[in-house]
Amino acid sequence: MKVLLGVGGSEDSIRAVERTVSRAAAAGDELTVAIVENDDADRTREEVEARVEEILADAGVEAEIRHLEGDPGSRLVDTAEEEDFEQIVIGGGQTSPMGKINLGSISEFVLLNSHVTVSLVR
Amino acid sequence: MSESRRYPEEIAGPFEAPPFAFEDREGREIEIRPHDGSDEEFEALVEMYTAFDPADRAQGIPPGQERRIRDWLDNILAEGCLNVIAWDGEDAAGHATLVPDGDASELAIFVLQAYQEAGIGTYLMEVLLGHGAENDVEKVWLTVERWNRAAVGLYKKMGFETSDSESFELEMTLRLSDG
Repeated sequence: MKVLLGVGGSEDSIRAVERTVSRAAAAGDELTVAIVENDDADRTREEVEARVEEILADAGVEAEIRHLEGDPGSRLVDTAEEEDFEQIVIGGGQTSPMGKINLGSISEFVLLNSHVTVSLVR
Repeated sequence: MSESRRYPEEIAGPFEAPPFAFEDREGREIEIRPHDGSDEEFEALVEMYTAFDPADRAQGIPPGQERRIRDWLDNILAEGCLNVIAWDGEDAAGHATLVPDGDASELAIFVLQAYQEAGIGTYLMEVLLGHGAENDVEKVWLTVERWNRAAVGLYKKMGFETSDSESFELEMTLRLSDG
């Protein structure tokens, strides 16, 4: 399957990378990792890219890594639709101290606007 | 999560501190007390959350399976958290909690379905905030699903104000004391 994985650098997005890469290794997915701007995340784009490369190398999975500039949600949706991706994968939300799951604004935009199937990784 | 939440200037309250006993609208004698740290109370809460209607879950809590319920309770009943429980005799009817988050606390409240719409939630909130104030909790925040008008109404009544309405969930904050 042709999968577009959106990563902003938050904890849940890194977990999504780990899970999606190991799934790609097992299922032979054609994976593209799109690094997007997430103001709420602590990591810089360079740190995110380094972490993604590390996870890919550990799993022995090849994937294109690209940087999407501009509004992260709309750029992910546009890219997926223009390039005929079959699925968008993104992090499944942050967990509060209480244990409540909170969806970020990127997830919300992608869920509500994408015509391509969306997976949230928990 | 955003660390720069806006809080109301004014201090809310005063609120009733625990213990607090009352008769609910169904004529049941309910007493709200701080969690005493005992295994008996822990097990009573496990029983309450095991019986909890999944339709009343919000943002993934309470969790659905007993193992996950126990892990979650370990986390929110830990040292530093403030918990009050509404008792109907030996049975836990409701539970409200303040979990520390930096210089503020996150709040959540749960009332078992059989005890809902009997006025217990209002008193639980009141007494939890009273318990928080007597323990010098300064700032409280919560998130609530925006369609949950009953809950939003209750929080507003207590003095919570909306601090962020741009996410999926509504974020509300309250100032409880000078610390």
